[in-house]
Amino acid sequence: MEALKAELKNKIIATLNLEDIAVEDIADNDPLFGDGLGLDSIDALELIVILDKDYGIKLVDPKEGKTIFQSIETMAAYISANRTK
Amino acid sequence: MTQNKTYIHDYITIQNNEIVLNGTSVFKIDPTDFADFSKQAYRNFEIQYPKFFKMDALSKLAFLGSELLLSPITVADKENNIALILANKSSSLDTDVKYQESLSNKEDYFPSPAVFVYTLPNICLGEISIRHQLKSENSFFIFDAFNPEFMSNYSNILLNSNKADVVLCGWVEFFNDNYKAFLCTISSEENLKHKNETINTLYNK
Repeated sequence: MEALKAELKNKIIATLNLEDIAVEDIADNDPLFGDGLGLDSIDALELIVILDKDYGIKLVDPKEGKTIFQSIETMAAYISANRTK
Repeated sequence: MTQNKTYIHDYITIQNNEIVLNGTSVFKIDPTDFADFSKQAYRNFEIQYPKFFKMDALSKLAFLGSELLLSPITVADKENNIALILANKSSSLDTDVKYQESLSNKEDYFPSPAVFVYTLPNICLGEISIRHQLKSENSFFIFDAFNPEFMSNYSNILLNSNKADVVLCGWVEFFNDNYKAFLCTISSEENLKHKNETINTLYNK
């Protein structure tokens, strides 16, 4: 799980072009949206693409994203339980 | 409609790894690609706006030019009635091509939403408007070449009809890492600095 969390942090920084943020800056329970990393709605769509492309998870209900994308912790837990690749 | 005289106030040119503001070079680096140049320019001017790194090249080019012209004249928490009129030749083709490439492989079909949102040239106007909290008139045109007469006429109409206090107008062209931006601010406030100069002479400087 720790390796997956680190992998997610690296993917998010690279994919979302978070130029001024390092892996060490993101705590596992930091909110990804709002006051945390400050991601926006387009970033949320990119996270959905990451789930599909890298872990074979297709979100059928976009409302699920609100729970899944709360933090690195919740993302990693969801991916571990649902990944197909 | 009263026809007041209008004046060019400040102008900026960005091309060939250099930024020239009012005729003075303010940033220049050794030849590199635009991604590197724009990042170094952002750092050099100590801009604090992380969303810059998410923009496509056309928006970064327009953003950098407008940043140096508008930051000194915009006031936070106040309505800044600054109209934006930009134009170019290649529209958003540079990003369109990248997006099309991401759609071309049916076996690896993961188009990026973050790239898609920049597949219109006028998105750069939105980026500038968000940055400077502008809710004013804006338009983006596609021309074969820079059209100073059109820019001048349109700016005069906006200023003389009180649709804007200031107009930021110009050319922002980007395709295949070839780029040129020329932006200037125009208003009815008399300015002796560029009294006898036209948009065209400044563009060609």
